[in-house]
Amino acid sequence: MVQVAMTVNGKAVSANVDSRTLLVQFLRENLRLTGTHVGCDTSQCGACVVHVDGKAIKSCTTLAVACEGASVTTIEGLAHGTKLHPMQQAFQDNHGLQCGFCTPGMIMTAVDLVNRKGNALDEATIRHELEGNICRCTGYHNIVKSIAQGAREMATQPQAAE
Amino acid sequence: MHAFEYAAPASVADAAAALANEDAKVLAGGQTLLPTMKQRLAAPSVLVDLRKIDGLSGISREGDALVIGAMTRHADVAASKVVQDAIPGLAALAALIGDPAVRHRGTIGGSLANNDPAADYPAAALALGATIVTNKREIAAGDFFKGLFETALEDGEIITKVKFPLPEKSAYEKFRNPASRYAMVGVFVAKTKAGVRVAVTGAGSSGVFRHAAMEAALAGNFSPAAIAGVKTDASGLLSDLHGDADYRAHLVGVMARRAVEAAA
Ligand SMILES: Cc1cc2nc3c(=O)[nH]c(=O)nc-3n(C[C@H](O)[C@H](O)[C@H](O)COP(=O)(O)OP(=O)(O)OC[C@H]3O[C@@H](n4cnc5c(N)ncnc54)[C@H](O)[C@@H]3O)c2cc1C
Ligand code: FES
Ligand code: FES
Repeated sequence: MVQVAMTVNGKAVSANVDSRTLLVQFLRENLRLTGTHVGCDTSQCGACVVHVDGKAIKSCTTLAVACEGASVTTIEGLAHGTKLHPMQQAFQDNHGLQCGFCTPGMIMTAVDLVNRKGNALDEATIRHELEGNICRCTGYHNIVKSIAQGAREMATQPQAAE
Repeated sequence: MHAFEYAAPASVADAAAALANEDAKVLAGGQTLLPTMKQRLAAPSVLVDLRKIDGLSGISREGDALVIGAMTRHADVAASKVVQDAIPGLAALAALIGDPAVRHRGTIGGSLANNDPAADYPAAALALGATIVTNKREIAAGDFFKGLFETALEDGEIITKVKFPLPEKSAYEKFRNPASRYAMVGVFVAKTKAGVRVAVTGAGSSGVFRHAAMEAALAGNFSPAAIAGVKTDASGLLSDLHGDADYRAHLVGVMARRAVEAAA
């Protein structure tokens, strides 16, 4: 067992874990933050995307012990109390989800995309940047619309700090 | 995944010492190693994570070479102004690896050490005549890649950085497998002081290789027309459910012409 400590959604957390523990297992099983999903467990689908030190990564392909000292943001860390993050709100407004399984990963990927490429995103850019996220329900169309709106609104609305 | 001991040493020397353990393995971005361990195709007894070692990541221009630290992430190479100015084809290549989340973790050292026959960086290293620097020696790219997932690295040897001599012109063109995003065929073309070099990844049944016939054709005339008639022998190429050897041989020609056009 290895001692691991990190900051998750602004809170300091630590635990004794088996060195094999993936970041996604640590989040879901130790911290009970079950918003982060496991779709494939083979780094293909993006359901497990979270931010580590401000960057989107696949938490099924990252060891918890390798995040020692890092700052992690999950889908649970985006909203301000009951006020949704603009990207979450945009998914609701545009019917950007059906079953919702892929949604946490889509939203964390989308917020990372805005952080890297700004608030005015065209459709081609959004579709290209979603290549690591799979949705089995929506056909992507409303996800793309949601991200375009969420990106614009992130420019004007205050968000939870990462 | 089988159980392993985890170590995150603070220096290359300590990492080398930890790697002296039998079955110890380096962990860089984990984007290849962790999936392999999950499938139990690799079961290292000790994982030696390089992430805490200062000086292993970063990008700099040193004279007429571009130097990239082994732990530099694909996303950082893709976004680097220094790389974009010095070797635009290399920045473009890094931006085509996997997806954004993979690019945030995966490293150039990990990609070269892994030498997947469909990986992108090996094509750039071979075409540009890069030097792979380890904790023990410097290895020319031409001597580094030894076949499928095989390299000249010895047990416990750690890549610390990669030196790319600046080319006059270069470009990379990749036909991506739409599912895996690895190269079905990728061709890196470089016009350097030492001549023209053409490296092909994704296609060779023993990994990345140089295309001698194209290099000869481009030596006197660096234009797509010069290689329009150059055939690629399909006999040493990969055949799998994504495409047979003849199809890949055809793609090599198409990607090479596009790369020369992009570079010229
Ligand atoms: C979904 C997905 C898509 C991908 N698509 C592509 C693609 O399109 N093109 C492409 O080229 N790659 C692709 N990759 C692979 C990706 O680029 C990996 O990041 C890369 O192959 C390995 O780098 P890493 O830093 O993750 O290494 P790790 O997985 O940590 O290590 C890989 C191997 O290299 C060894 N190693 C690592 N660093 C060093 C070092 N400094 N010295 C000595 N040995 C070392 C390790 O011991 C291990 O054997 C993809 C991966 C995924 C998960
Ligand atoms: S669960 Fe991590 S990418 Fe699918
Ligand atoms: S909404 Fe069901 S998988 Fe995307």
